Amino acid sequence: MFAEASTVAHEALSSGWFLEHAFIIPIIPAVAFALIIFFGKKLPMKGSELGILSMLASLVFAVGAALQWINRVNGATEEQFINPVIRSWTWWNSGGFEFGIGQHIDGLSLTILVVVAFISSLVQIYSLEYLRGDRRYTHFFASLTLFSAGMLNMVVAENMIQLILGWEIMGLCSFMLIGHWWEEGANSRAALKAFFTTRTGDIGLLVGTSVLFFSANSWTQEHLGVSGFSIRGLSAWALTGDPSHAAITVGAVALFIACIGKSGQFPLHTWLPDAMAGPTPVSSLLHSSTMVVAGVFLVARLYPVFFEGMNIFGSGVNLITVIGGITIVVAAALAFVQTDIKKVLAYSTVSQLGYMMMGLGAGAWMPAVFHIFTHAFFKACLFLAAGSISHSASHHSFEMKKDMGGLRKFMPITFTTWIISTLALCGVFPFAGFFSKDEIIDNVGHNGYTVFMVVGLVGAFLTAAYMTRATYLTFFGEPRGASAGESHDDHGDAHATHDTHDAHDSHDAHASHGPHESNLLITVPLMILATLALGAGLFNATPFGESWERMTKWVEPRSVVVEDMAHASVGETRGVRTEDTVAPELMMSAAPAATAAGEEAPVGEEPHAAEGEHGAHAESVCGTSTPTTGICYAPQLHHAPFKWAKGAMSVLIVLVGMLISWLISVQMYTKKSGFFVGLTSRNKLLALGYGFLVNKYYLDHLYEKVIVHGIAHPIAKAAYWVNQNILDGIVNGAGLVTRRVAGWVYRNVDQRVVDGAVNGSGAVARGTGNALRPVQSGKVSQYGALLFAAAAVAGLVLIIVNT
Amino acid sequence: MVAQNIAFGIIAAIMVVGALRVVTVNNVVHAALWLVLVLAGAAAQYILLTAEFVAVTQVLVYIGAVMVLFLFGTMLTRAQLGKEKLLNNPTWYLGIPASLLLLGVMIMALTSSFGDEKLPTDSELVSTQAISDQIFGPYLLPFWALSFVLLVAVIGAIVLARKD
Amino acid sequence: MLVNQFLILAAVLFCIGVYGVIARRNAVMVLMSIELILNSVNINFLAFALRNGSIDGHVFALYIIAVAAAEVGVGLALVLLVYRNRKSIALDELSEMKG
Repeated sequence: MFAEASTVAHEALSSGWFLEHAFIIPIIPAVAFALIIFFGKKLPMKGSELGILSMLASLVFAVGAALQWINRVNGATEEQFINPVIRSWTWWNSGGFEFGIGQHIDGLSLTILVVVAFISSLVQIYSLEYLRGDRRYTHFFASLTLFSAGMLNMVVAENMIQLILGWEIMGLCSFMLIGHWWEEGANSRAALKAFFTTRTGDIGLLVGTSVLFFSANSWTQEHLGVSGFSIRGLSAWALTGDPSHAAITVGAVALFIACIGKSGQFPLHTWLPDAMAGPTPVSSLLHSSTMVVAGVFLVARLYPVFFEGMNIFGSGVNLITVIGGITIVVAAALAFVQTDIKKVLAYSTVSQLGYMMMGLGAGAWMPAVFHIFTHAFFKACLFLAAGSISHSASHHSFEMKKDMGGLRKFMPITFTTWIISTLALCGVFPFAGFFSKDEIIDNVGHNGYTVFMVVGLVGAFLTAAYMTRATYLTFFGEPRGASAGESHDDHGDAHATHDTHDAHDSHDAHASHGPHESNLLITVPLMILATLALGAGLFNATPFGESWERMTKWVEPRSVVVEDMAHASVGETRGVRTEDTVAPELMMSAAPAATAAGEEAPVGEEPHAAEGEHGAHAESVCGTSTPTTGICYAPQLHHAPFKWAKGAMSVLIVLVGMLISWLISVQMYTKKSGFFVGLTSRNKLLALGYGFLVNKYYLDHLYEKVIVHGIAHPIAKAAYWVNQNILDGIVNGAGLVTRRVAGWVYRNVDQRVVDGAVNGSGAVARGTGNALRPVQSGKVSQYGALLFAAAAVAGLVLIIVNT
Repeated sequence: MVAQNIAFGIIAAIMVVGALRVVTVNNVVHAALWLVLVLAGAAAQYILLTAEFVAVTQVLVYIGAVMVLFLFGTMLTRAQLGKEKLLNNPTWYLGIPASLLLLGVMIMALTSSFGDEKLPTDSELVSTQAISDQIFGPYLLPFWALSFVLLVAVIGAIVLARKD
Repeated sequence: MLVNQFLILAAVLFCIGVYGVIARRNAVMVLMSIELILNSVNINFLAFALRNGSIDGHVFALYIIAVAAAEVGVGLALVLLVYRNRKSIALDELSEMKG
């Protein structure tokens, strides 16, 4: 078997130093973080230079690895499975449990690595100017660098434990950065809200990881020699048809809950708009382009698990598409009623994340990943442009209606980059968003999810409309408020408070000179990002034919049945296993050894597509039918053929949306005399809808008032009621009865013998009644009692269920 | 084996009485002294369970150090060391049903799962060397984590308790 | 010796500790009750170690003793801090955490 394999195997896949050492990419910013924390304040640029240098170094490493990966793909044949470059070491070892750490580098991780390193570099350069003179300048750069380390670590993660590590580091940094100006109560509340909301979802991550580990571990140990945490192992395991349906569904749903929290999907999206309380570079990096796509990344990373667990393709609807579809429309509608420019962008981000999720749920893996790629550029650009406006024109205000308007004359560069990114976001033809978003919509429809295709088109229409509204309010019309040179100190905006920081005052002096273009540290990142917003679509320009589909070729894992070394030998010897069980064990021990030694993959993992005997395996489709021998790492996906008519239709929808929104905006905000002004106050139904949107569908009310209070208050009230009516009643009744009985005994039986005892018991009863009265104090001890009693009841239930 | 059973019975009775006194007496210092009795009893039980090293550590750490800490804490936070009222919550009675319920459930579970299973009688005392092999071998990582916890606790206690 | 005699002893101690945690008002007394709970856990660990003939239980019993020491240290520091600020360590007066 082995000799046969080596003769028919294709030439070995090329590799390279950067590819083999991709694990260094997250280590660089991690080291830089430690250096900034300890020595940052003593450095000439307060530590920011370390952050920027580390990000640039990471970028160089990531690009080097990406180029070598492209080389690797180009060197392979069409039918060949491109093995990810996996390296693994023992991270820790405790009581016989071994946890690995390492790298799992394939097209997906390299895409995100390059994006994260690139945007982090630009945002840090931008922050040099944006946060100049800030009180916690060094800490800001330290947190940004740590965030990048966490995100990069999550992306290169070889197993779920490493992924969780990066995931939680990101959550922590998100908390620190949103609350960067924590002196303002609203900011620290937003930070806490973001942290707790994502933590709520993170429970799902832990549960899902555990469920998958215990379901998959024995299979992966036997067949691949890796633990059940390994991403490669989980992917292969999910596609074998071996796992029980319940286990994989529970695991996938639990993991998806984590993705809902992290990626701001409905109904846990409420934290993301509030997270805009952080400095704008943070919103640009964490809360639009990188961190919030972590959930999308997780779904894409463990796609086989979700593919099987959610039954993608198996039915016309599944949890991921539903959540994604709802998120698109719900968030896009909310963007219309925002007056804060960053909140418009925040809801836009939520909506775009919905597109990615919907795409993944409908089997459009590649378009969704490509949308992560393009969205990162244009959304980061939009946020940085918003930051540029507030920094140089509107006196640190983000209120479009109050403090902006007419800025295109004063800020030509910001305006141009904003327009390019807006067109990209809306999906107008030559811009990046068209090639990704339209692909998602197209593929969703092609895969049979017609309803969701319509949802996508509606979302595209809404996107075009609200972005036009925001653009109009910001750049057209007459300057208002701070943009018009008015200075006002109490514009009630949380972001505005930091300009009261001591060091900021001198810097702010120029704001009173009226709006002007920002300096080069801000405009150069904007221009770079705008260029990418314009051109990034060409990386995977489906409309121009197959030769332009570079990302598909480089990134999409090929759905080829792989003859794994260990697995192949087991498969070969399956019939004679009882006689010769030594061989598979030998083989199994060989596989992990080779992986651990850092070699790209055992030779036996090369596919045998060309071979006659195994030819059938290559044709057996991964995911829809279980391969009899061999292993799949990726399900078979379809690609919709591009039709110009469909593309033209969606562009037309976008343009119509822009036009309508433009006309309405002109009527409402400039002429102020049309039909539209005061429409919501005239029409009851519209007013209702407007109120619904302004209150964010009352979701925050639901969470805070209904759920938190609803659970806490009735319990308190019930306890009070029980105390007042039942316990007191019992006690008082007991006292009363005792006294009655006592009286009866006293009168009728014996006055002298029982007298003292009865009086005593009456007094005891009354005393107990008094002691029982203040039961509703709401104190820790009562919660403790409830907790332990509940634990006991739960134990009882478990015992009863299990016997 | 009868001797061991008798020893167990006596020590267990002392422990239960001591524990009940800990949670019922109205004097903090007395409660601490009753707790010493319970902890000593626990150490004796550990020896019955062939855990010599753990028993010695129990005596050293708990009775030697933790109790001193408790007494210090009592003295630093209380003017009078004598009896005092209001050591209990007004809702102390809630603890009775909660703990009785818990006890009932646990005893039910224990009797149904272990019945009258016997402990091995021929085992020797576990040597300190074996424990150290285990701690510095497979359980090295928790050991490190624990060292870290202790360090943080020391720093935290200093930060919390210092006057400034 | 039965396995259960140790386990039930531990259960009884645990429940007494739980009662103490719920019923006591004085913070130091609550900490003492927690010590009872931790000791009952230790008895369980050692009983199972003997039953299964493994040493792991001993290791964890030692870890618990160490954690308990840390817990008492930090706990009493907290109590001191609370006392300094409020001249009282009655737990039912600390209701800032009320939801």
